[in-house]
Order: sequence, then C-alpha cells, then structure tokens
Amino acid sequence: MKFSNAWLREWVNPQLSAQELADQVTMAGLEVDGIEPVAGDFTGVVVGEILACEQHPDADKLRVCTVAGHPEGEMQVVCGAPNARAGIKIPFALVGAKLPGDFKIKKAKLRGVESFGMLCAQTELELGEDSDGIWELPADAPTGTDLREYLQLDDVAIEVDLTPNRSDCLGIAGIAREVGVLNRCPVEGPAIEPVAATIDDSLAVSLMAGDACPRYVGRVIRNIDVSATTPLWMQERLRRAGLRSIDPVVDVTNYVLLELGQPMHAFDLAKLDGGIKVRLAEQGEKLTLLDGQEVTLNDGTLLITDDSKPLAMAGIMGGEESSVTGQTRDIFLESAFFSPLAIAGKARSYGLHTDSSHRFERGVDYRLQEKAVERATQLLLDIVGGEPGPVHLRELNDAMPAERHITLRRARVESGLGVQIADDEIIDILTRLGLEKIDQDDAGWTFLAPSFRFDLAIEADLLEELARVYGYNRIPSISFSAALDILPEHEVELDGTALEQTLLARGYHEAITFSFIDRESAALFDPKAEPVALQNPISADLAVMRTSLIPGLCKALQYNLNRQQERVRLFETGLRFVPGTDLQQQPMLAGLVYGTRQAESWTGGKDWVDFYDIKADVEALLAETNAADEFRFVAGEHPALHPGQCARILRGEREVGVLGALHPQLQKQLDLPKAAFVFELDLDAIGEARLPAFSPLSRFPAVRRDLALLIDADVQAANLVETAAETAGEMLTDLKIFDVYQGEGIDFNRKSVAMGLTFQHPSRTLNDEEITAAVDAVVKQLEQKYNASLR
Amino acid sequence: MQDLQSLTEQALDAVAKAEDLAGLDQVRVDYLGKKGQLTALLKGLGKLSAEERPAAGARINEAKQQVQEQINARRIALEEAAINAKLAAETIDVTLPGRGEAPGNAHPVTRTLRRIEKLFVRLGFAVEEGPEIEDDYHNFEALNIPAHHPARAMHDTFYIDPSTVLRTHTSPVQIRTMEKAAPPIRIICPGRVYRCDSDVTHSPMFHQVEGLVVDKGVSFAHLKGCVDQFLKAFFEADVPVRFRPSYFPFTEPSAEVDIQCTACGGEGCRVCSGTGWLEVMGCGMVHPNVFASCNIDSDEYTGFAFGMGVERLAMLRYGVNDLRLFFDNDLRFLKQF
Repeated sequence: MKFSNAWLREWVNPQLSAQELADQVTMAGLEVDGIEPVAGDFTGVVVGEILACEQHPDADKLRVCTVAGHPEGEMQVVCGAPNARAGIKIPFALVGAKLPGDFKIKKAKLRGVESFGMLCAQTELELGEDSDGIWELPADAPTGTDLREYLQLDDVAIEVDLTPNRSDCLGIAGIAREVGVLNRCPVEGPAIEPVAATIDDSLAVSLMAGDACPRYVGRVIRNIDVSATTPLWMQERLRRAGLRSIDPVVDVTNYVLLELGQPMHAFDLAKLDGGIKVRLAEQGEKLTLLDGQEVTLNDGTLLITDDSKPLAMAGIMGGEESSVTGQTRDIFLESAFFSPLAIAGKARSYGLHTDSSHRFERGVDYRLQEKAVERATQLLLDIVGGEPGPVHLRELNDAMPAERHITLRRARVESGLGVQIADDEIIDILTRLGLEKIDQDDAGWTFLAPSFRFDLAIEADLLEELARVYGYNRIPSISFSAALDILPEHEVELDGTALEQTLLARGYHEAITFSFIDRESAALFDPKAEPVALQNPISADLAVMRTSLIPGLCKALQYNLNRQQERVRLFETGLRFVPGTDLQQQPMLAGLVYGTRQAESWTGGKDWVDFYDIKADVEALLAETNAADEFRFVAGEHPALHPGQCARILRGEREVGVLGALHPQLQKQLDLPKAAFVFELDLDAIGEARLPAFSPLSRFPAVRRDLALLIDADVQAANLVETAAETAGEMLTDLKIFDVYQGEGIDFNRKSVAMGLTFQHPSRTLNDEEITAAVDAVVKQLEQKYNASLR
Repeated sequence: MQDLQSLTEQALDAVAKAEDLAGLDQVRVDYLGKKGQLTALLKGLGKLSAEERPAAGARINEAKQQVQEQINARRIALEEAAINAKLAAETIDVTLPGRGEAPGNAHPVTRTLRRIEKLFVRLGFAVEEGPEIEDDYHNFEALNIPAHHPARAMHDTFYIDPSTVLRTHTSPVQIRTMEKAAPPIRIICPGRVYRCDSDVTHSPMFHQVEGLVVDKGVSFAHLKGCVDQFLKAFFEADVPVRFRPSYFPFTEPSAEVDIQCTACGGEGCRVCSGTGWLEVMGCGMVHPNVFASCNIDSDEYTGFAFGMGVERLAMLRYGVNDLRLFFDNDLRFLKQF
C-alpha cells in the first residue's frame, strides 16, 4: 500500500515528520518500505501558456513558441514536442531552472533560433510516465504559478509493506485509524453524505452463492459524461499511490478503493441484459476479461452475471464486454462483499492478481458497501455529472460473516505478555482499534471485533493488539526458567560431528551443494532411477531431487578446476531422495578427491591419488563407530564408477556405501583431465557405534611370523586374510599384509603376497612348536583353498 | 728433580695440543701408561735414599695427578666439541613448511549452525531434524496456514505434487516434535529449506534454525529475553535488539527481530539500506491453533518459537557479501573459514 503523506494528513495529523510517522507505524507492525518524494528534484518551473506556435524556419520537427508565465513577460521557446500548440498550459522551465538530474536550463540557440527555457514532459520532471509530448495542464491552471506550489509537490509517498492479516490498512481510512490509535489523536475523513436519488432506476440483484457473496450494493447512474477529465488533484493522488489515471469512472472507483479500501466496479448499463446474478461458474463457461484475455472458468469461481451471460469475475476483474467505454452514457455501480474464502487462491489460479482480489482475499469490511457507493456517487457527480438512482442493498442475513465476540482475561494479559497493563489502558487501546466492549466481569472483558478486522478472533489476537500498541520494546526481556532434566546422550549413536572432524583432519573441505540437480546429471550417476521432480523448478539445472550427493560434488570439482584449483578434496552431508512408492530421504555423507596424493610441497611426491588413498579415508570414518570389523569391502559395480575400481561397503549383509574411481567415460563427459575418486556412505546405516569393551592386556611376549605366498592374481586379499585368521586360531592377535608384488620374476597370472602374523597368549608364553603348527596350518589351508605356495 | 718439572710441562703441553680423543689417549699412554715417561720416574725412586724416597714419590704422584686432571678436562672439551660438530652438521632449515596434509575447513554455514546449536544446547535444548520433502499438512495446515491462505504467497513453495512440497521452513519439525512428545519442550530445528526464489539476495535453498519452547507460564517477555540473549551471545557484542510487530500464521503475537546494523552501528549504510537496523529473525508466541493440531492444551501451556536464516547470520558474523558464494563451493572461499 502506497499513499501520499499529504492525503493521510487530511485524515489524521499528529505532530510528526513523515519519517517519524513511518518509524512509528513500522514499530506498530505496518512496515514502511520506503518514503520517496512525489516528484523529481526541480526548481524554476512554472505554469506556462503557449500563446503562439510557429514552425521553426530550419527544422521540420521544431516549433518556435511564444510562452507566457515568466515574471518578466513573454518568452520565445523552441520546442520539439508534437503536441506543442497555441492555447495550452504546460510546465515551463525558465532560464535558470534546475531539472531532475541536476540539469540546468540555459539560454540556447536551436538551429539558429534563440530559446529561453524549456517546455516539459511528465517524465522530464519525474511526475509521471508520459513522455510522448509536453504535459498539458488543465486550462484553469494559473499561468505563472510555481509548478511545485500548483501541484502541491512538497509531499512524499509512503509505501507500507502490509502483512496479509492487515487488510484493514489497505486504504487511507485504515492507515489513518492506526495512526490515530498510536498517537491518541482524532481521525476524521471527508464528509460522506448520502446522495439523494433523482431517478428511480435500479437493477434487480439476486445473490445465489450464499456466504461467498452475502452482501451487494448497486446503484444506477444515468447520463454521465465520460469525456470529462479527472481533476488533477485526483490524478495526482492516484499517481502518488502508484495508479495511472484511466478515465473518470475507473479513476473514481480506484480512488474509493484507495481511500476506503472497498473495491468497486462500474458496468455499462446498456450492455446488461436484465438483472444482476451472483453465482458460481459452471465448468467451462467463458468470459473475456478487461485485459482482453478470454478465460475458461472453473466451477467454484464466483461470477457476476446478468440474465444471459457472465459479466465479471467477482472481486477479481471485470469483463470487457460490459466495461465502461467512451460511448457509455449510463452505468451500474457495484459495491459488494465477497468473502475471503470465495476469492482466496482464485485469482492466482487464473494467473491474475489485482488490487481488488488482493483486498477481497484478505478481507474487506463487510459493513462498508453503502458508504463506498455514496462516496463514489458524490465524486462521480462532481466530475461526470449524471442522475443517480437509489442505493439498492441486497443482503443474505444468515450468510453474513458471524460476529466475533472475544473474551480477554485480565490475568492472561500479564501471564501472556509478561507485563502488567492498566485496565483503562487496555480498554482505551482496544476501543480505539474499533473493538466494542460488550461485557465485563471480575476476570476480564468481552469485546465485539470490528467488521474490518478479519484477523481478530481469539484472545491471543487481542494480546498482540495490546502488545503492539503498548509497544513491543516496552515489554521487559527476561530469562525463562525451566526444570533442568538431564537429556539422554546415547554413546552408541555415532556423533555426526566426529565424522566431519575426521574428514577435516584428513584435508577435506566441506561443501554444501543444492539438493536439486539437473535431470541429465542425475541420469549420468544413477541411470535407473526416476528422480523425484519438482513441479515448478527454478530452472532445468535445478529440476530433480538428487538420488546421490556425488553429482553435486562433481559439479563443485568442475567449478574449482575452472578456477585453477588443481587439488580438490570435498565432502558433503545431506539428504538424498530415493524415489519409489515409499520415498526415502536418507542422510548421506559423500566425499570426492582429485589431484596429487600430497599437496604440492618441497618434500612431497607428485603421485596422483588412487583408490587406496580414499579407501583409507573411508576406513577412518568407519573406525569412528569403534566397530570397524563389522564392515567389509567387496568388489562391486556402480554405473558411475570404474568397473575394476569400485567397492561396495557392507555391514553384515546391508549395503552401507560405495567407493571407487569415477568411470573413465563419465570422467570424460565431465571434462576431468584425470581420475577422480568418490565415496558415499549411508549415515543411518553406519550410525550405530559400539560401546568400547575392555579386554585385559597380555603380559607375555608376542611372536611374529612372516609368510611370502604366491597365489593366483585374481584371489582377493580379504579372502586370504579371512581364511588365515580362521585357521590360525585364537592366539592370532594381528594379521597384516605388508607387501603385494606382481611382475618380473613371477608368473604373469600369479602374485606374491607377504603377510605378517602376530601371536600372543593372554596368560603364558607361547612356545615355538605351537606357533609353527599354527603357521603351517595356515599355509596348508591357503594351499588347498587358493592354490597358494610358499615363495 | 729438574727432570720431573720439565717432563710435567711437556706432558701438559701435549695434552693441550691433543686434537682429538685418540691423540689425547696417546698422550695418556705416553706419560701415564705402564711404560709412560712419568710412570718411569716412579721406577727410578729405588735409586734414592729412603729419606728422600717418600717426598720424591709424592711429587711424582702429584705431577701424574695434575696431568691426569688435565687429560680429563681436555677429554670433556673434546667430547663436547665433537657433539657440537655433529649438531652443526645436523642443522636444518626450520622455516621450510611441515610435511603432511593441511586440515580442511567446515563450511561457514555449518560453522554458524554449530555455534547456534552450542548456545542453545547448553540451555538444555535438544536438536531435532525432519524430512525436507514434506507434506502439505506439516508444512502449512498444522501451522495454521490453510489452503489459499494469503500467507502461502509469502512462501514461494516448490511443489512435488499438490500435497507434497519442499519444506519452506523448518517449522514442520516443531509440529512433528509436538506430535510425539509432551511438554515441556525445548528444541531447535536446524536444516535446509527451500523457496522458489532466486536472485542476488535469495537462494532457492538455504538454511534455517528454528527454536521452540513449550512450558507452563512462558510469556512474550521470556521470548524477548531468550532472543535478545541469544543475539548478544552469538555476536559477542552488546548489540541493540528491537522487536517489531509482524505476522506469521503460526504465532500470535508475532515479531520480527532487528539488530542494530553491525556494519555502521546504526548510522545507516548500504548494508542496512540506510535504516540502521538489520532484520535477523522472526518469532512469536505459539498460536493456539498450532497447539490444537498437536493436541496440546493452550490453556495449560504456552510457548514461543523463533526462526533465523543461517546464511544471513553467517554473512553478518563473517562479513560475507554475496549469498551465492555459500553454494558455489569455491575452495578459495571455503578455505577462509
């Protein structure tokens, strides 16, 4: 809601500057978005009159005008505007004037003809949008008067960003009421007297939509002159509120909308067939709106119709056919109450949003209709003349909004707000806001909510009214106290920050990427899934919910590579969205490494990272569970990963993650010069940690035996280790693979694996024989199972 | 005994001239060894009379002891020199950087979240999380935002289907918590939220932390105290805080919270659009309709809720000037936190 400060001051005028007023209403909940001057910064512009207008001798498009208005008499001005002609009044910038943009008017010579000043268009003065020609002022504008004085431009436009609950402030009257409450000062609008009918004509109105439209006021006005011009003062008020002047009838209805908050509509009476019916549309009915578009109506849309056709989308926009035009002689004025529920969401469903729908869906005072019609009639008669018929009110008593009685308990004021407010201050605040005290007892009061406050229904609403008028910042700030129960802390739930810390310590940076990605990336990484799609994505790049965090990390990698960052280690935690009949939203932890194993340094090598680097990072993460032995890595497949360098991570039989090199083909598609390695872990699945359980330390020496074995190249280390550990018996306390060799000196399909076995007994020293027996058993078992031979 | 004196001087001179431990040992052997020259003098005592013998023996022993002491002293000096030489040879350039991986950094949003969590967890708040694809009921209906409510236009919602949305705030977590737990409740709900809006100052995804307190006797003054203390603690400054009436369907009374502009100290600048104040939070007393949808008796219990944008707080705290930086994941940015 944007309005002229001067207009508001006609209603209510506390001793506050515009800025002070803006600050005050902002702190009462009507947030002022801006205060701006209503015109550009200019001086030295007067009302001028073109006395004579001749063609420039040397320029087709220029005219030489003789202009009155300068205190020293007539001036010659060269002007290029097509509408420059003798007899019109125009803004005349004198020599020495300063126009917006610090543009000084000087004596000039245009194509050899002297020019003393400039005739101005609206845009040149920042006084409107018309730049087609010089601004034609009303014929009665007094020549020579300073334009700022004539247009009363020492005014500002105040823009209030109203929250949806405050529809009552969508008019000057409402803002004025609020200012009156805050300053405890009187509020007085223009006198609005009923305009007596001079003719008997009226239209029958039938309300057929129940509580969607329980109240409708109509009035016929005949013999108006639509060729009249809207007076400048009204045009200016509309302009300062951000509305353009259209024609006098529309301007008047807009003016009443701004002044009182009641949206109105004027129909061309000649286009109406019979009476007015307010009903719900039938599916598929058609209506061409004022803006020229034909809409196909859905059932449930509230319509204004006559006996034969839809006329208007009620409370949203009028129809083109029945609209007032230059030929209109007689009009029918509508001032109705459409319930918020009947209008809410409807305009939006047709892609419309109008000043009218904005107000109706938030709530228009359901007692305002007659007053608005009288005000509009009064203004119209002044401008376009005409003969008014009687005001015709139709009301469905039973369908009217119910009166709201709200009980306020005195004790609740203090317990709810934490401040004591005196009884008479409570009553004073609420009464000024328009509530009516209808009952009281020892505990408190009962109030009747005003018809313009749709947001007041319960006690808490009154507490808010009291608090904001009393002043939020006068209410104390105090510490709350509570029973301090100790909250549970589950040690076997893995602490997410521990995982973060592990990765941070290993040189990873944390990334946060969007949860939605483009469909193509989603398909590259997870071709089988049909990802959850947004109905209204911002762009195709952010269209589907990720089924993995890896695409986002790859994108971040590309971003960094494009910015000369050559060694990238990133991780992210967040949800992935696994589609299916039962959509899964799983917290994941994913990582990506790219670049050399060690950061470039005077000591470091230049080796590229490989699978085992990132595997160590994953192992470090899993170790945080204190249950690393529950996890297994098995060779696996993943559409985005290298088939020979991909491991599935299992906990028991449950898959908890994946790890590997990006598939070379994908690497190429992503334009990555070298291999990138990634992992992704299901945080819920790894989230269960194991409580440490102490086992006694042996005081007896450990014995280590090393084995060098030749085995087939395709035998996996995990299998060797598992078999060896099972066979070695309980005395085995550690088993390490400390060398793997394949190549020269060994059969090409065999490899050499060296493992160290450590034996220790808790309560005695082991002897050589039993260790040898255990090692021999291991060797034998490995020979049998994996064709292993000692080297 | 002229011999003894010159021999002693000779020996001492040899000790002083010994260059290393081996040379020194040779000196010891030459003078004090079994066949050493000083030792030989002792053997010559037999030629002296019994009266002269003790005094002469004593003088020789004294000389031997004197030489031995000098040898010892020289040995210590030579050993020290050897160690010093070794240390000198082992000296490295300590200004070269250390070896190994430099640690990474948590994202500034996470850093900020952790800071917020820490402040509230100390007060006994539990951290609750919830789904990001949320049903209409928990995101809107249960929060007193029925279908077609004009407040829905404030939310710019992403839809999955007509009854499923990307949560527009973390408030649904409050509902889910109140559905399963009885008061007293003290929680904060951090997480990602989504709004269908993207420009220089809006990201379609951002982070919020919301808080909820439900208990007996909780008032608006308590809300003010909690928010005011939190903001002062977060910014570690006695920053002026003001409460402005506002509107959220799920709280009544509702307030926007401003802090005095941290960039200009309230003078008015570009950061605060000249107002001297920065909007940092929304808050209010839980609306009775919200309690009703969670079966909490609003006559017995009252509560307050607050919500804040994590990126906004991070920007103010660390001076980040562009929201989009948070999601570019530029290492040059991430490494600053």
